Amino acid sequence: MSSMRILIIEDDRDAAAYLVKAFREAGYAVDHAADGVGGYDLAQEGGYDVAIVDRMLPKMDGLALIGALRAQNIETPVLILSALGQVDDRVKGLRAGGDDYLAKPYAFSELLARVEALARRRPKGAPEETTYRLGDLALDRLSHKVTRAGEEIALQPREFRLLEYLMQNAGKVVTRTMLLEHVWDYHFDPQTNVIDVHVSRLRAKIDRDFDAPMLHTVRGAGYMLRDGAR
Amino acid sequence: MTALAKLFRATAFKLTLAILGLSAIGAALVLGVVAWQVIKLVDDETRQTIEAEAKGLSEQYDVGGVRQLGAIIEARSRQPGSSLYLLTDSAGEPLAGNVAQLPPGVLDRAGVVDTPYETADESSPGRRALARIFVLPGGFHLLVGRDLGDRARIGAVMVRAMAVSLVFFAALAALGALFVARRVLSRIDAMNGSARAIMAGDLTRRLPVSGSDDELDRLARGLNEMLARIADLMAGMREVSDNIAHDLRTPLTRLRNHAEEALRGDADRAAYRVALERTIEESDGLIKIFNALLLIARAEAGAESAGMSAFDVGETVASVAELYEPLAEEYGVALRVEAASGLTIVGNRELIGQAVANLIDNAVKYGAGEAGEPPAEGRSEIAVSARGDGATVTIEVADHGPGIPAADRARAIHRFVRLEGARSRPGFGLGLSLAAAVMRMHGGAVRLEDNAPGLRVAVTLPAGVPALPSPAAKAAA
Repeated sequence: MSSMRILIIEDDRDAAAYLVKAFREAGYAVDHAADGVGGYDLAQEGGYDVAIVDRMLPKMDGLALIGALRAQNIETPVLILSALGQVDDRVKGLRAGGDDYLAKPYAFSELLARVEALARRRPKGAPEETTYRLGDLALDRLSHKVTRAGEEIALQPREFRLLEYLMQNAGKVVTRTMLLEHVWDYHFDPQTNVIDVHVSRLRAKIDRDFDAPMLHTVRGAGYMLRDGAR
Repeated sequence: MTALAKLFRATAFKLTLAILGLSAIGAALVLGVVAWQVIKLVDDETRQTIEAEAKGLSEQYDVGGVRQLGAIIEARSRQPGSSLYLLTDSAGEPLAGNVAQLPPGVLDRAGVVDTPYETADESSPGRRALARIFVLPGGFHLLVGRDLGDRARIGAVMVRAMAVSLVFFAALAALGALFVARRVLSRIDAMNGSARAIMAGDLTRRLPVSGSDDELDRLARGLNEMLARIADLMAGMREVSDNIAHDLRTPLTRLRNHAEEALRGDADRAAYRVALERTIEESDGLIKIFNALLLIARAEAGAESAGMSAFDVGETVASVAELYEPLAEEYGVALRVEAASGLTIVGNRELIGQAVANLIDNAVKYGAGEAGEPPAEGRSEIAVSARGDGATVTIEVADHGPGIPAADRARAIHRFVRLEGARSRPGFGLGLSLAAAVMRMHGGAVRLEDNAPGLRVAVTLPAGVPALPSPAAKAAA
């Protein structure tokens, strides 16, 4: 992995130290700022693949910081990390220009998966692909056709959306909450492993009749779609 | 402040006084107008009499000149209750008549005058007359008039009537004000007493309602409703803190035990790993409980408002049902979904979605058999529906499980309540109370009904633009 650069703006020293260490271990180049103004200066210099911004920061509030960056056309993807986890707070954060929102306390695997999804996002304005391919699996977004090794696989609309999202993020871990957010557009905690059941249905359709499984469960984190043949 | 001072300061006392004062002024005005009219009538009559007399005398003068005029005046002057006459020569000396004295110069002014005068026989000063004065050829002056004693007497009667009625009014005002003020004050004092008792900690006390349905009663009832709502919220808060104390202690104890157990003895890496994984699992469970409690508390306080928008709740119900459909299948039940589209409500789609998810989750977990086992006879279907009648939207989730006995239904909505038979299943007992709190926040009500067999949860939400949840809707919920 070519080293991705990540900026962490977090005033709590323990939390910041933990994040810096964990992201370095995950192979990122990490910079840290302990307040809003310092974070803004670093972010302005640019070049970061993702910025993780705490909502409540000394000197400059997290949302104000994002607003200031966006006003200067700095489009670095921003993940807001906040102790305010209610639906309202999330809506406010995303309206302020954040790209994703994660409430504390969080599982690091969740944060990492979301940061990776943000970091490798297609740059804004790039043309959208109409067909996703991964190994012998192909998904046509226009005709809604899915084939594996040339064989057509019939999917329900929701299964199609699920596979589409997994293919968009092929090779990356996607968590259950990410799936719920992007495929169903809900952010709540569904209490039961409803997502798992949907994934296993999809898996039955795309993997069962083939030798190499592509849809993998990543323990303690979520799922990953990758080309098993390689 | 003495009781009397308090009485005089009472708004009711002042108001009563003011009203009676105004009535007194009104009464005086009415009497004044009547008096004025009566006096005017008397004056008019007097003038007419004078005119008639003057006409008669003028005829006499035309026939017999000053001499006959003087004789006639002399004759008429002697009749009792007669008019007033005075005939003078050019030097001003009286020739005939019953008027002895006039202010100087009065006779020089021809026309009608209102003048003091004195009679010849009795000297009762201060008499006034309305008179007409004629100047005759040869410097003779003739005065014809009427005494104004009647008019003065009528005026005096009127003034007396006014004075007497004012005194009565004043007395009545004072008494009325005292009575009203004491009546109102005693009730206000009773209300104050209740308020003090409530402030002192007796939250069950309510303001007294007299039953007369007057404005004080309405005020008392309004305040009582407010007190009831506050008491509800307080009870809710107390319940939450009690629940947190009791129900979080168990998972926290487990958490601590796992950590302690791992530290005790010579555990290997694998054992540490297991212990740490369990610790994370337990803390995730705790976080979930906290989140649910926070959400309930915020929904009950009506704090979640920025996420409000108009959305199709039928679509939400359908999509949430679809989310649970494979899970239901794993439990061996079929989800039958009948969700009409175009059921617009204004609310928080996330929260409504979460509430509906909780209801379906409960139905799947408690209404079906264990996962992987075939469901018991007749438990093979869960019906989820959303329909609207224009004014309201009704969402129903009905299962064919064991249901909830009627006696337990009210309790089932409370936080952390896990009914008999549910304790062996996963969950914290927050799902239904969260759903109920969310629906109440949207002005809706949740009813638990018998699905014969099974449980039917029916939610009624106001369609379209929601009014703020009314106390009535909350009381019904």
